[in-house]
Amino acid sequence: MTANANRLPKTLDAAPESRTPPLLLRLLRDRSGTVGLVLVVFFVTISILGWLEITPYPILEQHPIDRLQGPSAAYWFGTDQFGRDTFSRIMKGGANSLQVGILAVSISATIGTIIGILAGYLGGIFDTIMMRLMDILFAFPSLLLALLVVTILGPGLSGTVLAITVVYTPIFARVARGPVLALKNAEFVTAARCLGAEDWRIVLHHIFPNMRTVLMVQVTLALSWSLITEAGLSFLGLGTQHPEPSWGLMLSANRGLAEISPALILFPGLAIMLTVLGFNLLGDGLRDVLDPYLKNE
Amino acid sequence: MRQYLARRFFASLFTMFGITILVFAAIRLVPGDQITAQLGTEAGMLSDEQRAAMERYYGLDRPPVEQYFTWLGGVFQGNLGYSIRQGREVLPLILDRFPVTIELSILAILIALLIGIPIGILSALRRNTWIDLVGRVFSMLGLSVPNFLLGTLIIYVLSVYFGILPNSGNYVDLFQDPVLNLQQLIFPAITMGFSFASSVMRMTRSAMLEVLNEGYVRTARAKGLTERAVILRHALRNSLIPVVTLIGVEFGYLLGGAFITEQIFSLPGIGRLAINAITQREYALVQGVALLIVINFILINFIVDMVYGWIDPRISYDS
Repeated sequence: MTANANRLPKTLDAAPESRTPPLLLRLLRDRSGTVGLVLVVFFVTISILGWLEITPYPILEQHPIDRLQGPSAAYWFGTDQFGRDTFSRIMKGGANSLQVGILAVSISATIGTIIGILAGYLGGIFDTIMMRLMDILFAFPSLLLALLVVTILGPGLSGTVLAITVVYTPIFARVARGPVLALKNAEFVTAARCLGAEDWRIVLHHIFPNMRTVLMVQVTLALSWSLITEAGLSFLGLGTQHPEPSWGLMLSANRGLAEISPALILFPGLAIMLTVLGFNLLGDGLRDVLDPYLKNE
Repeated sequence: MRQYLARRFFASLFTMFGITILVFAAIRLVPGDQITAQLGTEAGMLSDEQRAAMERYYGLDRPPVEQYFTWLGGVFQGNLGYSIRQGREVLPLILDRFPVTIELSILAILIALLIGIPIGILSALRRNTWIDLVGRVFSMLGLSVPNFLLGTLIIYVLSVYFGILPNSGNYVDLFQDPVLNLQQLIFPAITMGFSFASSVMRMTRSAMLEVLNEGYVRTARAKGLTERAVILRHALRNSLIPVVTLIGVEFGYLLGGAFITEQIFSLPGIGRLAINAITQREYALVQGVALLIVINFILINFIVDMVYGWIDPRISYDS
């Protein structure tokens, strides 16, 4: 009996992973997953280079003679009205946008997941209060909420990060709460409880591993939304501030100059679109790979 | 059903109450006070007495809790306060701007449905063919092109290639000149409707795929109905149920979320009013707009829930 009891949790902990190929391989077999991964890896790479300031030109260096040029061998994506290299600025702009997105999504995913798990697992009055609070944040149009937060904290990195965090925390709380409700009554959880496992152990070892896939997909999609929100706030002049580049800011600052040099809005626009597309496709691919039941939904 | 309605009603009241507190607190955390925002650099010229008098006049000298309940009491009497900068009552100011946003949102939804539903049906019927691929690529693009990018591109293309400036001149009311009004709103509506079209397309496609495997579709085919009748009368009707929910939720968001589009196209709607109110620290105006947006959102969701049960009698609220 004791021997059996000791063996039980091990087999119930998680499905054996030996036969399934690694996630990356499975992802590469999925068409949208592959395209998404390639786009994301590409933009993350140039953003990291931009962050390290390994760019063709220093991002703030002005070349007054070469103002408003189209794409050329010297300036791949052309130059802006101060003669600054657009490609270099897109690299650094990507770093700024991704930095905000990654920070905001990590924070909101952590807080939201904890709230969601606790609300779902504990239930009762805690659940009611927490979910009502999340509903309040949810009923707010996300951009209005973000605008309020940015206005309070002032434009810039911390304001934008907090704004996006406030907007996405309720989403993660909801996404996390659902599976917990289903899992907390699952047989393997009841079994673990019968074996005397404490609550924290049940949550960490039995419930959380089973909701990782849902969260992973959500994180990827949230990254794409946060990029759009960051670009939108910067577009309105409330995100990244001059002279630091950001894709949204480059787009709004150069709107009036597009007639003279279309490259000025074309390339930042493409950068936003392709990165968001990359994260969306990656999210779709992940979902198809991790949860075959949802495929083609 | 009645019990469900009552529960939903009280939950909504709680949400609204929470929102009013949140907005009230948030706008007061904004650095810089209302009087400075109103007078700009001139505020420095005010003597302490003048400033105190102004604060007393606008009720800004009272404790925040008292200010909140004064405001809330006013709300119940239809008095949302006074916009100092605009020199007008908040409620009529909002009601003035609201029709623009409503019209824009309805147009955007119409455009989204006109594009999204047909592509969704085709994509589902020709699953895994090139048509499906094109449809899915379209929907992916729609989800990946932010509206500020699309709006910027539309303005660029129109102004450079067609010599039209969609955002020039003053806004004309629908009843004043319907043609001109439509000309002014059509491009902003496309900007807003494009990403929604892709959600509609995705939803229609997946619902269609599900419905096409149902027994009643097979029965309809077995009866010898034409494919057209099977698709339109039996499959489409049932697959539109989730789309209705989507429309409701999206309508709520559009009514409160047209900030960027209205800004790009210089339309005098609620979104632009909100942005200006926030940057100018117009306490009463921000509270009013936020309250209105949230009431809309909650009300529309409530209606959608009801409509949902009416379209699909299988849904019961009593369990």
